[in-house]
Amino acid sequence: MARIGVFVCHCGSNIAATVDVRAVAEAASRFPGVVHSVEYRYMCSDPGQKMIAETIREKDLTGVVVAACSPRMHEPTFRRLAEKTELNPFLVEMANIREHCSWVHDDRGEATAKAIETVRMLVEKVRRNSPLEQIRVPVTRRALVVGGGIAGIQAALDLVNAGVETILIERSPSIGGKMAMLDETFPTLDCSQCILTPKMVELSQHPLARLYTYAELDGVEGYVGNFKVKVRQKARSVDHDKCTGCGLCIEKCPSRVPSEFERGLADRKSIYVPFPQAVPDKPVLDRETCIWFTQGKCGACREICPVEAIDYEDADEISEHEVGAIVVATGYDIIGRSLYGEYGYGKLVDVLDGLQFERMCSASGPTSGRIVRPSDGEVPKTVVFIQCVGSRDDSKGRPYCSKICCMYTAKHSMLYKHKVEDGKAYVFYIDVRAGGKGYEEFVNRAVDEDRVVYLRGRVSRIYERDGTLFVKGADTLSGHQIEIRADLVVLASAVTAAEGARELGQKLRIISDRYGFFTEAHPKLRPVETNTAGVFLAGACQAPRDIPDSVSQASAAASKVLGLLSADELVREPLVARVNEDLCTGCFACEAVCPYGAAERVKREDPRTGAEIEKAYMNPGVCEGCGACLPVCRPGAVDLMGFSENQIYSEINVLTESFKVEDEAK
Amino acid sequence: MSDYGEAANQKTGDPDFLDEIEAHSGTSVRTCYQCGKCSAGCPVAYAMDLLPSQVMRLCQLGLKEEVLSSSTFWICASCEACATRCPREIEIVGVMDALRHLACREGYVDRPREVPIFVNTFIKNLGWFGRLYEAALVGVYNLKSGHLTKDLDKAPEMIFKGRIRLWPPKVRGRGEVRKVIRRVREIERE
Amino acid sequence: MRFAFYPGCALDSSAKEYRESTEVVAGDLGIDLKEIPEWICCGSTPAHMASRLLSITLPAYNLVRARAMDVEGVVVPCASCYSRLKTANYRIARDPDLKEKVKRALGEPYEGDVPVYHVLEVLDRVICEGGLEGKIRVPLEGLRVASYYGCLLVRPPDITGFDDAEDPQLLDRVAGALGAQPVEWRHKVECCGAALAFTQDDIVLKLSGEILEDAQYAGAHVVSVGCPLCHSNLDLRQRNIEKYTGLNLGMPVLYVTQLVGLALGRTPAELGLKKHSINPLPVLKRAGVKV
Repeated sequence: MARIGVFVCHCGSNIAATVDVRAVAEAASRFPGVVHSVEYRYMCSDPGQKMIAETIREKDLTGVVVAACSPRMHEPTFRRLAEKTELNPFLVEMANIREHCSWVHDDRGEATAKAIETVRMLVEKVRRNSPLEQIRVPVTRRALVVGGGIAGIQAALDLVNAGVETILIERSPSIGGKMAMLDETFPTLDCSQCILTPKMVELSQHPLARLYTYAELDGVEGYVGNFKVKVRQKARSVDHDKCTGCGLCIEKCPSRVPSEFERGLADRKSIYVPFPQAVPDKPVLDRETCIWFTQGKCGACREICPVEAIDYEDADEISEHEVGAIVVATGYDIIGRSLYGEYGYGKLVDVLDGLQFERMCSASGPTSGRIVRPSDGEVPKTVVFIQCVGSRDDSKGRPYCSKICCMYTAKHSMLYKHKVEDGKAYVFYIDVRAGGKGYEEFVNRAVDEDRVVYLRGRVSRIYERDGTLFVKGADTLSGHQIEIRADLVVLASAVTAAEGARELGQKLRIISDRYGFFTEAHPKLRPVETNTAGVFLAGACQAPRDIPDSVSQASAAASKVLGLLSADELVREPLVARVNEDLCTGCFACEAVCPYGAAERVKREDPRTGAEIEKAYMNPGVCEGCGACLPVCRPGAVDLMGFSENQIYSEINVLTESFKVEDEAK
Repeated sequence: MSDYGEAANQKTGDPDFLDEIEAHSGTSVRTCYQCGKCSAGCPVAYAMDLLPSQVMRLCQLGLKEEVLSSSTFWICASCEACATRCPREIEIVGVMDALRHLACREGYVDRPREVPIFVNTFIKNLGWFGRLYEAALVGVYNLKSGHLTKDLDKAPEMIFKGRIRLWPPKVRGRGEVRKVIRRVREIERE
Repeated sequence: MRFAFYPGCALDSSAKEYRESTEVVAGDLGIDLKEIPEWICCGSTPAHMASRLLSITLPAYNLVRARAMDVEGVVVPCASCYSRLKTANYRIARDPDLKEKVKRALGEPYEGDVPVYHVLEVLDRVICEGGLEGKIRVPLEGLRVASYYGCLLVRPPDITGFDDAEDPQLLDRVAGALGAQPVEWRHKVECCGAALAFTQDDIVLKLSGEILEDAQYAGAHVVSVGCPLCHSNLDLRQRNIEKYTGLNLGMPVLYVTQLVGLALGRTPAELGLKKHSINPLPVLKRAGVKV
């Protein structure tokens, strides 16, 4: 026998101003199954909650309907209070008469009638609610970090220092990411490698950290707390256990190709270490350019190696790991120089992009830190820096701002002036975005101390004649066209997501936006979580970001992981799908539509024939209760706990009956 | 109603001017963020009193008189370099055309005088002959603009080499063309 | 290949040699050109300066006449007419309000769907399909050509779709197919000053002067063009340019169709080469072309 209590909330004047709450309580008291119906000013308040709890005990209620705000606001509140009583929390429901009623209607009569019908529906539902228990899922206390740039390194360090074993995968031969390429960083002009390498070493030496470099994420299965990941260690062709890092193989290798790390400004060998401070500091062999692997000739490295570490038979190795959480830190790239025909389509040799200029500034770079023109090796006396190349440009499909360019352009102009004191530096800008701590002051240094000239206007065209670059820009502030004859031009090219990020996201079932950046769960309130439970984001893979923010975000992601892994079990709401095996025919239409991969196949014995058949099982740890499987299940074997077909139909029926009564009355 | 116009100058900013220019040109002027790329690449900006980007700004601020009395849109050669490179995809040449039309309508036609005189002479020539009768075009234009001897030095060479048609072109449907032009004018007046 | 031919006003008078060379070359390459009967002026630049509706209606008038012909589309030699015809198609197809007004002005409907090609696009297509095989009598070896595209062929790129707007290669490709050597130069798509020739000719002298100077600097023997107005600014006014800039240019300006005609073995007279202000013959001979 149902004994349901209805509690109608005024919510101050939020509900009561539009809905006659007393009338609602009065009408509800006459609904079948309702034994108690009251109204109160603030149901979620302490006294309000106490009142509900007392009523549950005194009247021995079998169900509760709180007619108030949206369940997204206070359903947890009222379910938690039920936990303190004998009543199963899933026998408590909320009827939304605020967001769905008082906040969207003006007419008091109509709003009140609607509120009454809403409560009527929920009472019918609660009469059919069953008590449910929360689902407990074990958690693997290990984490995976994908990407070995500063964000990945920071997240991994925070995790291992908190005692969590962490696997870090990096697809290039060394960790370090873009930060390893930088010379000096804003706003302090700290040497990038000097502050990065200690972290790289700390991570690589930590007993709880397992680094896989030159490796990729091959596949992911499972769900939050229980992921099974496959890591593909690409064949290095060099046995790192034997290798001593002597470098003879690199010396002897005859095959040269443009270096990715030097952004094409210098070459590397086919067997190589990407940069001197690489971690690990041992080479890998690039089979796509290696003469042995492409033509069957050479083999010089194998011959010269004093410890016989070169192994041409080396093959990719796949290892499987169980992890409880994954942090994605795949970083960014910049678009390069070939997007704009008006800037030469990348064919003008003395027009560089931001990362190339950065390499040129670096003491361990292709020119040993000397800034020179790639065309003739001369020191440029006039350098033009152009901001917003590819960013803030609807016509090129990137309306967004790349955030870091104003700062690094100011930095570049200062680095140039520090090295070439009698040189002239010009920056063409539209705005200067310097919102971080110490950033504005940093940019002002460029103008005040280093005499960099800032010109407000985009550049329309760059062409080359007689070795000189003609830069046709404008200064909108003074209203003049400006033509500068430059020796070198640096383009602050737009920041993009790293290549292959979108495909990686698909493996992890996380969304990317139209530009390839990963989408966070909520742009303001949940910046490091994704729509997939257990997968977190850190760094520039989510949006263009500088080093301080990437490090902050990495620590934030690590803290989320630590929260997740801090309990032995994960508690999930039991509002999930359940299959009645007696009705299931094994058609697995549910498997085809489930967006979360919750449908599994379990083997059963067919009672009629004794043969082995398969039936569907919805994994309660993965299922998110979306209900997509219900309409496709032809025998009607699957149902949703807490939102069963029976319950939903009863709500609809009681509503339509009321309309029928109304029609007859008319 | 444009908020810009009201903000700029209560006395002389025309709040409806921006809307009118946008409606007439069919492109968004308010989306211009004054990057200056159009001005930077304009081959004839050196001869203008206002840069193209400044003209866009004045339109945004509703400063109608200032804009219509500039020479910029008359000097504009319609080369489309600006619109091709504009990051906001604004049809800048369309805006210049809209300003030309408005300027004619409101009588701002003497800075410089030559271009509007040439435009009108050309259209009239079309109306009379259906196709351009170059000799008449140059003759009438020279008269109206007061530059009587302009390009006269070319005449002997052109005549000698048979590069100029001395008699008007014969288009049988000339009357048709005049009708079409008249109908266009009527439709525009609606 | 059968096309309606829209010569445009200039080809009727000051650019007669463009018409002559186009017709001769079309004939040699099997391109059938049939002049649109009773065509009228497209309005060129002054029409869009005076009225948008007029600037769309005048080209539409001609396209409607072409629609009635049994052809693949319209071939246009003048870049300005090309731009106006293509713009009319573009705008009518996208603006139902404009389409309605044009219908009222013309007295009949037009959907904006008659294909419009520049004569050089057709030549490029013919060459890519091997149409020159066995037909080149006078390879233009040793002739260095600065291919000048100007504004209206390539801009706005959404409307014309004529190759790349910043670094086009079509004319260079044609020149190369004739055995000539296209030069790399910087003023391929820079404006010559266009219609300002009549009203602000000092601007034309400056802009066209820069173009010719760059062509000379790049080592070109001749400049090739696809527009009678560009030709007139660069050729007819070249002596004025020399006086204004102090440069010694002597740079012949040829229509691309004239280059093609030369390669096919046609005589200078047939191609109207003698009509130019800067005589191309001595320069061609010096470059080794057998004229």
